[in-house]
Amino acid sequence: MALYSEVVMDHFMNPRNVGTIEDASGVGEVGNAKCGDIMKIYLKIENDIIEDVKFETFGCGSAIASSSMATEMIKGKSIHEAMALTNKAVAEALDGLPAHKLHCSVLAEEAIKSALKDYYEKNNIPYDKSQFPDCENCGHCH
Amino acid sequence: MRVYADNAATTKMSQVAINAMLPYMDKIFGNPSSLHSVGQEAREALDAARETVAQCLGCEPREIYFTSGGSEADNQAIISAARNGARKGKKHIISTAFEHHAVLHTLNKLEKEGYEVTYLDVSQGHNITAQQVRDAIREDTCLVTVMYANNEIGSILPIAEIGAICKEAGVVFHTDAVQAAGHLHINVKEQNIDMLSLSGHKFHGPKGVGALYCRRGIPLTNVIEGGAQERGKRGGTENIPGICGMAAALKDACDHIDENMPRVAAMRDKLIEGLGKIPHCALNGDPVNRLPNNVSFCFEGIEGESLLLLLDYKGVAASSGSACTSGSLDPSHVLLAIGRVHDVAHGSLRLSLSDYNTDEEMDHILKVVPEVVQHLRMMSPVWRDLQTGKREYIL
Repeated sequence: MALYSEVVMDHFMNPRNVGTIEDASGVGEVGNAKCGDIMKIYLKIENDIIEDVKFETFGCGSAIASSSMATEMIKGKSIHEAMALTNKAVAEALDGLPAHKLHCSVLAEEAIKSALKDYYEKNNIPYDKSQFPDCENCGHCH
Repeated sequence: MRVYADNAATTKMSQVAINAMLPYMDKIFGNPSSLHSVGQEAREALDAARETVAQCLGCEPREIYFTSGGSEADNQAIISAARNGARKGKKHIISTAFEHHAVLHTLNKLEKEGYEVTYLDVSQGHNITAQQVRDAIREDTCLVTVMYANNEIGSILPIAEIGAICKEAGVVFHTDAVQAAGHLHINVKEQNIDMLSLSGHKFHGPKGVGALYCRRGIPLTNVIEGGAQERGKRGGTENIPGICGMAAALKDACDHIDENMPRVAAMRDKLIEGLGKIPHCALNGDPVNRLPNNVSFCFEGIEGESLLLLLDYKGVAASSGSACTSGSLDPSHVLLAIGRVHDVAHGSLRLSLSDYNTDEEMDHILKVVPEVVQHLRMMSPVWRDLQTGKREYIL
């Protein structure tokens, strides 16, 4: 189907890292069912390294592919590298997304940041709040 | 196996339609407005096509106007009735909440001009009753425009009853019959229909051509200005190949309704029964008064676009009313109008059949849809929340 690149289709048809982590170090969920996409990211962090990552996504093909690609891009990386992951990098790694689907890559970035924020808060690690999206008021769904 | 189950979007052209068109691309290429014999041959074809379409609808040939499709016919019918009404000081229109956008957007335009539109509620039984129309008619009502059958959920509206009410009240009655023509028996005189829109490509005819039936005596307002074509009511050289193809396809469909549609309805019922066994789903649309080719479900916990992509990969071409397929953040207005909440409306699937489908294809659909729904639910955080009790099931 010409709507999506081959990379998007590959990650949609064979998503990597689907599932949950029972004793996750951090969990982030963004989006809502009303808008038609929810992404949930589970991180297992040891010594500032993302040892494991899983996701669950309710959404369109590009939302599932963006989750899959984003989890691949942070697996084994440091939390600082994960923090630096941008939606643009996710979209580029997917060989591009249609303009009206770019918000799916934004959701992937936000889901990872939300999971990292959860990790910082659970472990009382100080963090720069300005680096995190304000999902409650972002306007995408509200 | 490749299964085409999106016939409400468009249909494959029949050989009958193709054969009817071919001579008019090649040997008989004239302009019907030309005086010479080359043009007059095309004129004869145009007249014959008009006669055919009129026969299929039970009206006179002079009451048929060829258009570029259903949307143009809807636009012209509604605008004409509105202008006629305004001349008598009547600027109230009755319609439904689940009309096609060709109707809704035209009505929105008229509302901006000062017309008042009553959109009948369709949440009870996913349909309207004739009584709702009767109750909504006012002194200043100039038009009732309700679709013959809904394109997304298949509900067939009580057209003959509404026609009788409108006749009694002296209100013009238009129906968008794009999904019904060629699928259901239509007789505009018996059903008291004043105006009716249809589109060629929904019954195995060509795209880009449609027709408006307008009862004699109702003045039409031009949407396209131009020459004297279509009794001066629709400018532009006639699409002769398209018109001939549509007329042939319509006749073919109408001639075979009684043999084709029961077979299509049996396939529909097989799908409705089989897919209805998937947990936490719901059938959309009127279960009884239903187009013979329409199957529409909502599946909780999944999103429609990913459902369509996976089905396409497994060989099934279908459609959905999810936001991601509608190109906006909101799911289909039809699903919202029948009372499906956003969360559920995103997980909709429409399978629309034709007489070209087979029983084996239904078996394939019944095999792959439950697999794909299950696959998507397994990776859905919404489904997990439903299963673990964090979220309550809606369906």
